[in-house]
Amino acid sequence: MSLKNDDALIDSIIKRYPRSRSAIMPLLHLAQARDGYVTPESIEVIAEKLSLETAEVSAVATFYTQYKRKPVGEYHVGVCTNTLCAVMGGDAIYESILEHLSIDNDEVTSDGKVSVEHIECNAACDYAPVVMVNWEFYDNQTVASTKDLVDACRAGNPPAPTRGPNKLPTWKENSEVLAGVNDGRANEGVQAGEPTLLGLKIAKEGGKKCLN
Amino acid sequence: MSKLTPVLSAFWDQKDSFTIEGYKRNGGYKAVEKALAISPDDVIKTVKDSGLRGRGGAGFPTGMKWGFIPQGDNKEHYFVVNADESEPGTCKDTPLLMANPHVLIEGIIIGSYAIRANYAFIYIRGEIAHVVRRVQQAIEDAYKAGLLGKNILGKGFDLELVLHIGAGAYICGEETALLDSLEGFRGQPRLRPPFPAIAGLYARPTVVNNVESVASVPSIINNGVEWFASMGTEKSKGYTLYSLSGHVKNPGQFEAPLGITLRELIDLAGGMRSGHKLKFWTPGGSSTPLFTDAHLDTPLDYEGVAAAGSMLGTKALQIFDETVCVVRAVLRWTEFYKHESCGKCTPCREGTWWLVQILEDLESGKGEAADLDKLLDLCDNIAGRSFCALADGAAAPIISSLKYFREEYLEHLRTGGCPFDPAKSTVFELAGSER
Repeated sequence: MSLKNDDALIDSIIKRYPRSRSAIMPLLHLAQARDGYVTPESIEVIAEKLSLETAEVSAVATFYTQYKRKPVGEYHVGVCTNTLCAVMGGDAIYESILEHLSIDNDEVTSDGKVSVEHIECNAACDYAPVVMVNWEFYDNQTVASTKDLVDACRAGNPPAPTRGPNKLPTWKENSEVLAGVNDGRANEGVQAGEPTLLGLKIAKEGGKKCLN
Repeated sequence: MSKLTPVLSAFWDQKDSFTIEGYKRNGGYKAVEKALAISPDDVIKTVKDSGLRGRGGAGFPTGMKWGFIPQGDNKEHYFVVNADESEPGTCKDTPLLMANPHVLIEGIIIGSYAIRANYAFIYIRGEIAHVVRRVQQAIEDAYKAGLLGKNILGKGFDLELVLHIGAGAYICGEETALLDSLEGFRGQPRLRPPFPAIAGLYARPTVVNNVESVASVPSIINNGVEWFASMGTEKSKGYTLYSLSGHVKNPGQFEAPLGITLRELIDLAGGMRSGHKLKFWTPGGSSTPLFTDAHLDTPLDYEGVAAAGSMLGTKALQIFDETVCVVRAVLRWTEFYKHESCGKCTPCREGTWWLVQILEDLESGKGEAADLDKLLDLCDNIAGRSFCALADGAAAPIISSLKYFREEYLEHLRTGGCPFDPAKSTVFELAGSER
């Protein structure tokens, strides 16, 4: 595929910006939507479209960790192991999941279904420990719940994210969302989880001090 | 009586809070009508007079930043929102945008009108797909409602708003790195001056504001300067989102006037988890020097936290109890800074690598006492010696932990390893879950 049939979409992405070079990042996300990772062929297409050298596009692609240089799983699992999630259980989740799947960091299961990466803080600390799949939130995870999650991913029927669309999109589907293409699923899922609403709830109850 | 003041979060409990209908039903897009009816300079004056300060960490007065944009210069101006929320512990803009992206869009229209920008960008981090969807949809709905595009609300003001999605680089939360990234380059900070107000995006005058700062503007336009300034403290006006995470009973978001204390917030969060006590915490993310239980009554405003030796930062209060090894915590943050250093400045690129090596030795009990002074010496050669503040952030947890917990570092050396059991800080049963 490698962006070969995406001329109209590519042009519309370039047109979003006052200067075409700004379109590199969404086009790299789009490349991943087509191939699952950034291939040398898609680097060439992007360079040609933006009148840049391939080295200039590669320089950008290799700077950002979300752009992959080899295939990831259909379900890419990110376990937060930054300090807060790590001490609350993220380290235990990460280690047990790798052992459970018999893979290492940044590797894919032999069926191509699941890959695992330890990730940095994903802005959901009040839901720690946090696991992301294809950049959707799975809040308040445990070792057991994450094992169930990856098993379900391998079986092809992952549960819906805690705060996200009704059905977990694949890696390629979500890569297209990150290219700025509206998949029409913004209205799915909750508007907020309980921790997000905690302060509001207490304020409405007139400031009762303890919820429990 | 609760000290809480839900403004941004006031209707997050409504199921459709993120839709344009939900926002309008709760008074949304009234402020933009008011703002477009007065002059841009009067909008800037209102925001200046309110005392609103940047909620992304630095606390720079928002109205003053807008006032720095040269007018009548015949150049394009740009309004850019920093939604690259990635500072460890920080989790306020993400739930805000998930629950109500329209309040940000309304703030962007008002801010762009004020600084005479006809092009605006939201730079959002790429690891939060559903928030990306919500913002994308909100932008499309705002266009359809005539709130973006040509001749907004028939007032002759044009504004294009583009959502730009990042790709996993913490450094792009630094405003000049963000601009480089938005221009299609590797996200590396620029030397300043010139500041973005003079030469920002595409070398044009540019405002870069945090999500929460911009989202606070509609409430100020709606309710007035006096209302806003009636909350908070003398130099830190208004309300803000405090994010409590970690070993409290009920973590979450608390919107309160600036100046509330951690003691009050922990109380609202139901206390520490049962049977445990507070050991250390960050007032505003991992880049702000650590506090301990000695700082429970420090007013959490810009001045109060600074006077006690740290920074208010993003108000990301990460709470750690006595089961957590401070050396393990600091090592993990240091590994983060090493990973996220963009590599442009040598002190940061090389220094963070060495900090990790030394801390690894210390945690595993293989280091020596002289390493503690070596760490401080290294920090002294890293912080303040790079283009941006990432290096300062890397030094902050190390310096502050050595200040309060030097004995704990030495304990690792005495016992030849970490004296803590990581299972004790874990919030779920490990033995039960590993069957």
